[in-house]
Amino acid sequence: MSSLDDLYKEIILDHYRSPRNQGELDPPAHRCEGFNPLCGDEVIVFVSLIDQKIEDIRIGGQGCSISQASASMMTEIIKGKSISEAEKIIHAFKEMMDIYESELSGEETAESSSNVDLGDLEALQGVVKYPVRIKCATLAWNTLTQSIDEIQGVK
Amino acid sequence: MTIEVAKIKQDFPLLQRHIKGKRLIYLDSANTSQKPVSVMDAMEDYYRQFNANVHRGSYQLANEATAILEGARDKVSSFINANSRQEVVFTKNATEAMNLVSNTWGRANLNNGDAIVLTELEHHANIVPWQMLAAEKNFEIRWIKIDDNGHLDLSDFDQLIHGAKLLSFAAMSNVLGTFTPVKELTVRAQEMGLTVHADASQYTPHTKTDVQDMGIDFLTFTGHKLLGPMGIGVLWGKENLLDLMPPFLGGGEMILNVTKEGFSTNELPWKFEAGTPMVAEAAGLGAAIDYLSDIGMEEIRNHEIDLTDYTLQSLISEFGETISIFGPKDSSERGGVISFTFDGAHPHDISQVLDEDNICIRAGHHCAKPLMQVLNVGATSRVSMYLYNDRSDIDALISGLHKVRDLFIP
Repeated sequence: MSSLDDLYKEIILDHYRSPRNQGELDPPAHRCEGFNPLCGDEVIVFVSLIDQKIEDIRIGGQGCSISQASASMMTEIIKGKSISEAEKIIHAFKEMMDIYESELSGEETAESSSNVDLGDLEALQGVVKYPVRIKCATLAWNTLTQSIDEIQGVK
Repeated sequence: MTIEVAKIKQDFPLLQRHIKGKRLIYLDSANTSQKPVSVMDAMEDYYRQFNANVHRGSYQLANEATAILEGARDKVSSFINANSRQEVVFTKNATEAMNLVSNTWGRANLNNGDAIVLTELEHHANIVPWQMLAAEKNFEIRWIKIDDNGHLDLSDFDQLIHGAKLLSFAAMSNVLGTFTPVKELTVRAQEMGLTVHADASQYTPHTKTDVQDMGIDFLTFTGHKLLGPMGIGVLWGKENLLDLMPPFLGGGEMILNVTKEGFSTNELPWKFEAGTPMVAEAAGLGAAIDYLSDIGMEEIRNHEIDLTDYTLQSLISEFGETISIFGPKDSSERGGVISFTFDGAHPHDISQVLDEDNICIRAGHHCAKPLMQVLNVGATSRVSMYLYNDRSDIDALISGLHKVRDLFIP
């Protein structure tokens, strides 16, 4: 069971059982939906932005322990950050998730472009050994990225 | 008569495989079945000894290859009790077979203001082709609802089929295992002038299929869920209907004559089989049908009733209120497909933990998202069995689920 213990760390199960910042935000908060077509998981990210700062963030939808815990931890680290700080964190998290791919392709491990402390999120590092689950871990993050893009009028 | 599972398991090399020193427990046959040696041998034999293009050669080898393809068609024809071999069309899979029906029969018969009737049980393959055509032709899609036990709710059936042109339904649900009342639906729909299609992808591998007794107009299924290879499916249709339908894909094989001005179509069934067909896959499918027929479809069905019963009872007695099982509870009304959710553990996590013990089950929406919405779940865990499964596989599943519970439910 050792590899399972690596994946299902206590902190992940804790966030799964008691997700933080769950629920909805009323408009004018921005609402963005993300889907994992593979398993039908769905996440809804609500972002309330005031003066380029993420004042509040909430998560709706449903998913597995990895996607729910990742979303829950994401809200904790993102809440109160500026857009540019949030983007750095997103980048650092995705870099952590991509380590598996860079190792596989034999490339040099990507140099860390930021010195962001991911805190509890480091617990999700075990996910990279399970390629299918990377999609679970990144679902909320990709949805947040889309949300920020939409708010900034990129898409 | 009971079947000898221990002996049957020996015929399936993949079931002998060990990963991390543990045997494989394969409970995902509704997704795809494993293959007996005889199927692999038939396919390898074809390439080693008979490979040539079919219906074109003027030499012995080509004639032998043609005989293999057409021999497989004869086997399918008698396996489903078709009236004639002309009614059996090979396709890539069941999805392509359904797209063939929607693109040919559907395009010729469905117009603005018409209606077709589907059920909430359907796989995306029996939904999306109709939605694509409806977007173009502007006809209505009506839905037969399901009741709390996963049976079709037929209380407003006459109203739903009134004025509709087609009734298309799964003969067995790939999520709930429900057997739909094929004959009852077909008789009533045909009386009202509807054409009837049954998606038998889950049905034909597990129970005797008799298209004449069922009374339907079209039947579709896939080879790979029936011990056969991936890459071959079947459309069966009544000859008079197939005759009137326009061709599907254009190219070689499907023509009688081609000039600069146009073409004329070949006879049935080749009218619907453009291009070089999947001969090795047909050989494999033929061998799969021989294998199943030797054991007997009724014996297989009885075995699955027994194993489904055992599984349902084990799940309920071990996990009681913490497990929700969807679909009919009576194993005589359902096939060996059991969907469930577990309080406190998501289907994806359940599969992950079971995988540690090489137990293969499916997690997700099972290509039936409208049904997931009706059941009000995002995903389910699904156990599905076949003739090579026995109680030891189910016991392994139960002990795996205890590990899930220990991990997720403190």
